[in-house]
Amino acid sequence: MEKQNKRDMICRRIASELKDGDYCNLGIGLPTGVADHIPSDMRVYFQSENGILGAGPRPESGMEDPDLINAGGGPITAIPGASYFDSFWSFSMIRGGHVDMTVLGALQVDQEGSIANWMIPGKLVPGIGGAMDLVSGARQVVAAMEHTDKYGKSKILKKCNLPLTGHRVLTMIVTDMAAIKVTDEGLVLVDVAEGFTVEDVIKATDADLIIPDTVGLFN
Amino acid sequence: MPQIITGKQAAMMLRDNDRIMVSGFLVSGCPEYLMECIVATDVKNLHLVGISTDYDDRGVGKLITAEKVKSLQVSHIGTNKTTQALYKSGKLDIEFVPQGILMERIRAAGAGLGGIFSPVGVGTDVAEGKETLEENGRKFILERPIRARVSFIKAKTADKLGNLVYSKMSRNSNPVMAMGSEITIVEVDEIVETGEIDPEKVVTPGIFVDYIVRKGE
Repeated sequence: MEKQNKRDMICRRIASELKDGDYCNLGIGLPTGVADHIPSDMRVYFQSENGILGAGPRPESGMEDPDLINAGGGPITAIPGASYFDSFWSFSMIRGGHVDMTVLGALQVDQEGSIANWMIPGKLVPGIGGAMDLVSGARQVVAAMEHTDKYGKSKILKKCNLPLTGHRVLTMIVTDMAAIKVTDEGLVLVDVAEGFTVEDVIKATDADLIIPDTVGLFN
Repeated sequence: MPQIITGKQAAMMLRDNDRIMVSGFLVSGCPEYLMECIVATDVKNLHLVGISTDYDDRGVGKLITAEKVKSLQVSHIGTNKTTQALYKSGKLDIEFVPQGILMERIRAAGAGLGGIFSPVGVGTDVAEGKETLEENGRKFILERPIRARVSFIKAKTADKLGNLVYSKMSRNSNPVMAMGSEITIVEVDEIVETGEIDPEKVVTPGIFVDYIVRKGE
């Protein structure tokens, strides 16, 4: 499957977890695409940690405003009813459990529900940004990621070996192969992506998976 | 009551090894004119507190590129290649602080608190060596205040009492950084007469502002 189709599929599956009226924060990169898959009869309010509730789509060319940007610096708009606020308010919303869902990219996740996405020692050091606050406070914490790395190795591990962004914080993991719920008992395989079998997913996953009697399909 | 000064006068207040805060999120809300004024001085070895280091040639990144900074407390450097290179080569000392907790630690300094107990980063490197507290079944870590000598912030409009109004999302770290230092210098697009800003619309009360610089002056 082409990369963009994979990304769309992951984002569509995550969007299906949102309810009308939810407040949601999307991380930069892959998660941004979730906004494009909200059903038209539903309204989800997007929060960006740099200070907006009610972020809208990218403006038309020429209408960009340097003071209306998403967390990655890209231009956005404000929908009717949006509000602006400072970073202290913004993270109070996030940590205080007022945001229904946050979706983040991940380098690694594990079967305890931990996530690593802020550094690879000696190589990549972008920094923590708002990610640690987000995973500590949002009601649902969803990792959106490719199931395996470029060498075909599982990114869903028994235990992360990169520096953690959050310890036991995830509620869900959605990849190009599977939708997985994080429970107190462990990782439960909920859905398998079209084109794969349950066996394929088990084989491609380092972490232990709990396989319920019925596993759904998504595409 | 704040004094209206020039950007050059503001920059000349800095001394070598000063601790400073600079507001903004990826340039939005950054006092860019004041950054240019600081770059034009001889000051060096600054300790910088900020959300990110913006871009190599824009925002607070100008201070990094001009080699004015020796250490950082920051949440993100991913958009600035110079910062990353200096960090990797050991020329820049960095404490990474989760963004919301950076704000809370500055707020603690400005609000007269001895620190805050935070759930952020429990079970990660951020928690290492920090005192803990159990509350309602959850673990928290002690995060100490972050203060500086001078805060450089950016607003759209100031009145002559220093009451501030911002433009859209440029507000970000400005209100909290206005509280966190001994001296707060604000760069503004316009200065209006006292009373011209509706008290209902004031975001940062003038009590937190010491000096006002009109952009470009």
